[in-house]
Amino acid sequence: MHTKTIIELAQGLRAGDFSSVELTQTFLNRIKQYDTLNAYITVTEDLALQTAQAADLKLATGEANLLTGIPIAQKDIFCTQGVKTSCGSKMLDNFLAPYNATVIEKFNTAGAVMLGKLNMDEFAMGSSNENSYYGAVKNPWDLNAVPGGSSGGSAAAVAAGLAVCATGTDTGGSIRQPASHCGITGLKPTYGRVSRYGMIAYASSLDQGGPMTRSAEDAAIVLQAMAGFDPKDSTSVDCAVPDYLAGLNTSLQGLSIGLPKEFFGEGLAPDVAAVIEAAIKEYQKLGAIIKEISIPNLNLAIPAYYVIASAECSANLSRFDGVRFGYRCKDPVDLTDLYVRSRGEAFGKEVKRRILMGTYALSAGYYDAYYLKAQKVRRLIAEDFKRALQEVDVIMGPVAPSVAFGIGEKINNPIEMYLSDIYTIAINLAGLPAMSVPAGFAQHKPVGLHIIGNYFAEQRLLNIAHQYQKITDWHQKSPKGFE
Amino acid sequence: MENWEVVIGLEIHTQLATKSKIFSGAATAYGAAPNSQACAVDLGFPGVLPVLNQEAVRMAVIFGMAIEAHIAPYSVFARKNYFYPDLPKGYQISQMDLPIVGIGHLDIDVDGETKRIGITRAHLEEDAGKSLHENFQGLSGIDLNRAGTPLLEIVSEPDMRSAKEAVAYMRKLHELVRYLGICDGNMQEGSFRCDANVSVRPKGQAEFGTRAEIKNINSFKFVEKAINHEVERQIELIESGGRVVQETRLYDSVKDETRSMRSKEEANDYRYFPDPDLLPVIISEEFKAQIKAQLPELPVAKKQRFKEVYGLDEDNATQLTSSRPLADYFEATVAASGCDAKLCANWITGDLSAALNKAGLEISDSPVNYPRLAGLLARISDETISGKIAKQVFEEMWQHPVSADDVINAKGLRQISDSGAIESIIDGIMAANMDQVEQYRSGKDKVFGFFVGQVMREMQGKANPAEVNKRLMAKLKG
Repeated sequence: MHTKTIIELAQGLRAGDFSSVELTQTFLNRIKQYDTLNAYITVTEDLALQTAQAADLKLATGEANLLTGIPIAQKDIFCTQGVKTSCGSKMLDNFLAPYNATVIEKFNTAGAVMLGKLNMDEFAMGSSNENSYYGAVKNPWDLNAVPGGSSGGSAAAVAAGLAVCATGTDTGGSIRQPASHCGITGLKPTYGRVSRYGMIAYASSLDQGGPMTRSAEDAAIVLQAMAGFDPKDSTSVDCAVPDYLAGLNTSLQGLSIGLPKEFFGEGLAPDVAAVIEAAIKEYQKLGAIIKEISIPNLNLAIPAYYVIASAECSANLSRFDGVRFGYRCKDPVDLTDLYVRSRGEAFGKEVKRRILMGTYALSAGYYDAYYLKAQKVRRLIAEDFKRALQEVDVIMGPVAPSVAFGIGEKINNPIEMYLSDIYTIAINLAGLPAMSVPAGFAQHKPVGLHIIGNYFAEQRLLNIAHQYQKITDWHQKSPKGFE
Repeated sequence: MENWEVVIGLEIHTQLATKSKIFSGAATAYGAAPNSQACAVDLGFPGVLPVLNQEAVRMAVIFGMAIEAHIAPYSVFARKNYFYPDLPKGYQISQMDLPIVGIGHLDIDVDGETKRIGITRAHLEEDAGKSLHENFQGLSGIDLNRAGTPLLEIVSEPDMRSAKEAVAYMRKLHELVRYLGICDGNMQEGSFRCDANVSVRPKGQAEFGTRAEIKNINSFKFVEKAINHEVERQIELIESGGRVVQETRLYDSVKDETRSMRSKEEANDYRYFPDPDLLPVIISEEFKAQIKAQLPELPVAKKQRFKEVYGLDEDNATQLTSSRPLADYFEATVAASGCDAKLCANWITGDLSAALNKAGLEISDSPVNYPRLAGLLARISDETISGKIAKQVFEEMWQHPVSADDVINAKGLRQISDSGAIESIIDGIMAANMDQVEQYRSGKDKVFGFFVGQVMREMQGKANPAEVNKRLMAKLKG
């Protein structure tokens, strides 16, 4: 049951082949069986079974939609009322959110069954899921490798069949890179497509929630539930949400695909390059035309990102001060002691590193040289993509320069870790939608194809991914031991 | 002192009179139980986002138009970063580089002269909460009801040259924001508070001296005292060979002195940057036109109109236009009574204002509303009662919800103008006081008042005074 698509499961629920309670129980059992993966921070077993029961009633009365009764898991960055929302941090280990994120509300309304909250890098800062207070997550394809990050728990859970689908968030690649490393389909929507209300902020101008699923078709269904304008999020965009499923079968005849030469240069592992080139060939078979393009300022993306994201996070994380919620140090002697020890004891190394970088970048005398300069670079990069997307319909390339690396391999070298996000980060700076689609293997580990589209072109991206998945079966492979 | 010139600029925080907070739906009413008016957004919970209250924007634009300022077509909210327990997010959402209201001005009157004070800018921001340091056994309490209350910070140019001018500017601004209906002006509740930047320089010197900023002064009296004290301190310091340092000072109203809070070196680096959670505020020409059409008549224009249309003198016109509700009350009374505007003005600035002051009430809470006052004035006008009796009737109306006619009828206060009745009383009094009649007739004019008093007493004050005068004069002359 754990490898079925959402549509297959929805049909099974309606045909009475199984109930949502049975389906939910299957997944709860698998979560227990494979808990060494460390994909979940919290499993909400009772709540899941209650929701499944309610879903079965809805299914019986015909009030259900595609997601009713479908077991889903949420990245632990989305606030869930009455359920621990840790954001992967000791700081929020005791935090029961008093409200639901808009995304959670939408899934609740749809009748989806929440299995639990998924592991992640602390405050979504990381590319390996090793920065979690709750420990590293293992990659189901290689238990010694990282699943990627920051949505590592989400990617591992979906790949191992511990949830039908999951949510992730992507600030610099945090949906796409783990999706690529775990062989699942991940979509980062256009900035503003999905509400950020109740999604704990890392870098507000870059953060975007999206689906992490077993296929483009599933992603279409999950995104349909997540997307839309939210009056509680001023940066969400009020534009109509198309019917994503309805767009999946458009022909790709004549589709023009741009391959930025900067995506295929130095630093890209040859075995990954080979997988991407093979995938491009499949698209040519589907009628696509290939064109070489250029994103000249791509090499500036990483420094610009680490200035902007760090600056924003240095302010976003100021609210964690030990005063109103979250961790508070024992017996503070005065206000400074309360601040210094509460934050010092509860934030992890990477979070502290980024708060310090951001504070520095915004300081008097440095602001122009760092923050303002980074904003200028950001505009240049966005213009590069705008120009490229006037030439071609979509852009393709690798998601990550190599396959999943080993646990512990890069954790003491932050610069090398940062460089592994070279292809994904620029997309967040530009605010564009992009996907990672399973395209093959290198060293027996999954490789994702990166598909980047124009603003609000999610329907087109899903269509392009779906057409590929109709002629390939990479997305249907299951890791050994999790079949 | 006479060798020094004082330079003052004021930053005034006006709390905008919106129903809900600037970035959340929580109520802004004053005096609620601690933390009962703070929602997840005000408390800075993880994941919450601010949504701008359009009413606060409207009010800022109204203010900008009233001071003939440039309204920014594009303004930006920024985060001002600092840690304090009553600042829930660890940053205040404010405006830095691109404020909503640009350069404008306000004219003040000091010693009969009109002076134009430049206004540099006015920007929107959220207020912080309150820290409570008493009754917590050595700990501090935090009340976040005020957190997120909308403020308009109005920054003047350093154009004022005395504490008196600073007070005049502050009063004028206070009057204006209440006129515009954008601030309740309640200074005890902190709805209108002031920081003063003060410096001195030798007369004739072009450059400004080093300034000190005096924080959080919440009354007109204290502004004057705090500035005067600070000026003295700076002059004494310089004259004794010292140097003023740039710093923030606090005014202690009990000791009547200012003392240092923190120096420039200790000042925070607020690390302002644009708030990525909020979109830039775009003000269209259409929106401005719409606001302009709704702009109320401003105090200066209203005063001029009161003088021209109603023939009021400077004092009455100034007093009646000092607040919009008072001016409205006056105009409504004139219209309802059909009486001479001066009579209305005298009553409102006289007996009514005195009674309100005594009871500590605002015009909007007056026990005698305008239709009832108009009813009273109409009876003065048509000579049913005298002005003196009217005071007695007013007293009754203040205590009880009755009309002037009710009081006049119930107490039989109707004025007697019947000359026959008055004459017969006069005859009786003259007969009983022949000595005084003789005195008057021998040229002692003062005795006339004695007769008036006697007649009025005999008639319980109800005689028409004009008629009494006329008849008495005729009879006494013989």
